[in-house]
Amino acid sequence: MSSSRWLAVFAAACVLVLGLAACGGGGSSSSETSSKESSESEGAGAPSSEASGEIAGAGSTAQEAAQKAWIAEFENANGGATISYDGVGSGGGREKFISGGVAYAGSDTPLSESEGELGKAIKRCEPGELLEVPDYISPIAIVYNLPGVEELKLEPETLAKIFNQEIENWNDPEIAKENPGVELPETRIVPVNRSDESGTTENFTDYLSKVAPKVWTHEVSGDWPVKGGEAASGTSGVIEAVTAGEGAIGYADASQAGELGKAMIKVGNSWAEPSAEAAAKVLDLSKEDPELEKGQKNVIAFEIDRKTEASGVYPIILVSSLIGCTKYNSASEAALVKGFFEYAISPEGQALAEEQAGSAPLSASLTKKVEAAVGAIE
Amino acid sequence: MAHFDTTTNAGQLLAAASGGRRRRGDRIFSNAAVIAAVTILALLVGVAVFLVTEGFPAITASASELPGGESFLSYVAPLAFGTVMAGVLAMIIAVPLAIAVALFITHIAPPRIALTLGYLVDLLAAIPSIIYGLWGIFVLGPAAVPVMKWLEEKLGFLPIFEGPASITGRTMLVVGLVLAVMILPIVSAVAREVFSQTPRKLQEGAQALGATRWEMIRTTVLPFGKSSVISGAMLGLGRALGETMAVAIILSVSGGVTFNLISQSNPSTIAANVALNFPESSGLAINLLIATGLVLFAITLATNFIARMIIARSEVQ
Repeated sequence: MSSSRWLAVFAAACVLVLGLAACGGGGSSSSETSSKESSESEGAGAPSSEASGEIAGAGSTAQEAAQKAWIAEFENANGGATISYDGVGSGGGREKFISGGVAYAGSDTPLSESEGELGKAIKRCEPGELLEVPDYISPIAIVYNLPGVEELKLEPETLAKIFNQEIENWNDPEIAKENPGVELPETRIVPVNRSDESGTTENFTDYLSKVAPKVWTHEVSGDWPVKGGEAASGTSGVIEAVTAGEGAIGYADASQAGELGKAMIKVGNSWAEPSAEAAAKVLDLSKEDPELEKGQKNVIAFEIDRKTEASGVYPIILVSSLIGCTKYNSASEAALVKGFFEYAISPEGQALAEEQAGSAPLSASLTKKVEAAVGAIE
Repeated sequence: MAHFDTTTNAGQLLAAASGGRRRRGDRIFSNAAVIAAVTILALLVGVAVFLVTEGFPAITASASELPGGESFLSYVAPLAFGTVMAGVLAMIIAVPLAIAVALFITHIAPPRIALTLGYLVDLLAAIPSIIYGLWGIFVLGPAAVPVMKWLEEKLGFLPIFEGPASITGRTMLVVGLVLAVMILPIVSAVAREVFSQTPRKLQEGAQALGATRWEMIRTTVLPFGKSSVISGAMLGLGRALGETMAVAIILSVSGGVTFNLISQSNPSTIAANVALNFPESSGLAINLLIATGLVLFAITLATNFIARMIIARSEVQ
């Protein structure tokens, strides 16, 4: 084959590529609707109002288990409704929501101005308004693997030093001080963190930076900031690493902790253990953050009160939110989103999430606020 | 080009032999082949165009704009290092093993055992990488912990075994081993194929001159198969460089550039880093990840290029 022939082949290849690229640009907002949930139980407590149509959501993997359970129950009660939720991660969910790819998103961190997402989301919802409400609260447990140590108490500052690799051995006096009578072995401490970017990391580092600002000087982010620790992917990876390594300590969704020891954290003057109730209480004590709400009536975003000193409260929590609009292109789409949101935040929906995903149900007072916001969907 | 010219000449000769005109079958075949070639080329160009256009914003952005506040180069350098390191480590382990397995199958084992063993090695290629990843963290990692402790104690003076040894076994060494197992079937399949094609005359000639079996292998089989084994190894290296899930699951990625193979702090690889961070990324962070993909693309291209050069040179000799 002569070289001019090859030139022609190459030119044809380029034309083909450009053609494909042009086609790709056209169809941007295709929503996936493929999830067929198997419905196990009768729609006990599911909403009675009939809603129908198809909507798609995407986002946080933390609330994926809860979403699947809600969708199954909701579809069971509303024969004509099809909802799909794609656990692409919070960032991906927010991006898809803003670009109009999905009707709603789930996100472990509220929309914020830092990347201009809040403004873009408000624009996306025009002529309606943006809606953002917490729907999933989950305690993050500090899990450890130390044979023989049944109970471990840690002050916030000590916890921060451990994860900052400043305290390197379990028999360090600073740990021993808070654990009288406990025989701490001379084992190297191996802090385990998430290797993937995650809302759990973001919430945990936010906690550390609030309660131990002198020790934890890193930026709050979903990416673990300290180099050199043991890193594992996903909640299951962290649990696996802590289980495998004697002397390891990590942070993970409390419902996944299994047999591992869970450290008690000092809050005020008492020691708090991760529990659904103690986690839900935190939001009652927290103030809404005007910067995250930006004057939007139906955005409920908290500045979580990590520094609370109240007793019976566990401040290391992850709060995940539902993001939607008050107006959609069609009334039926809006009705479907509204019906689904209402169910998710209802006491029944929250109880289902607690049962299926180990989350903490919204408190009564918060439920009232959230209901009012969701009621704004037209 | 010389290569293509000879085939075309042969084609012309054949066409001439069949009456000087091309038959319909020839036309269909030639068009189909051209279309296939164009499609491959188009895919390659398409991927390259995608990587460049999507990665460009991150490459040109200043350090303060990028998530993490690092410049693109300082972000990608440890990842590129980790990628190459994992790949090279896998090669060091897998290539000698693959050659040995191929020699055993083609020249040493009795036919029935050779057949079974060959079949089993091929089977390794059919196992999905996620399974290798799970095997790595649940079986190989924990099993490697005492070995790595031993290495730290006895050979700790070497930088690669400096330690402190990981307590969970999720280290670069274990990743290298898992990747080696993954690329073993590719390399050994190629090696087996070419070793078995070593001309009988050469082998018998060597033995007739009094060579032992090993001398025969060294003087005929290995030189004959050299270039094919190198291309097989490069195929394997390509897979090791691009391997995503197994690395993402196993490796404890929390360090910068280090040669230490047995500690908990390891550099990540480009592919694993994309897999781990893509789900929660948005905006410029996605461009950044795609830009690292472009670097991986370049690394793979470079290794293939170097391999071709090595092969070309060894063919001349």
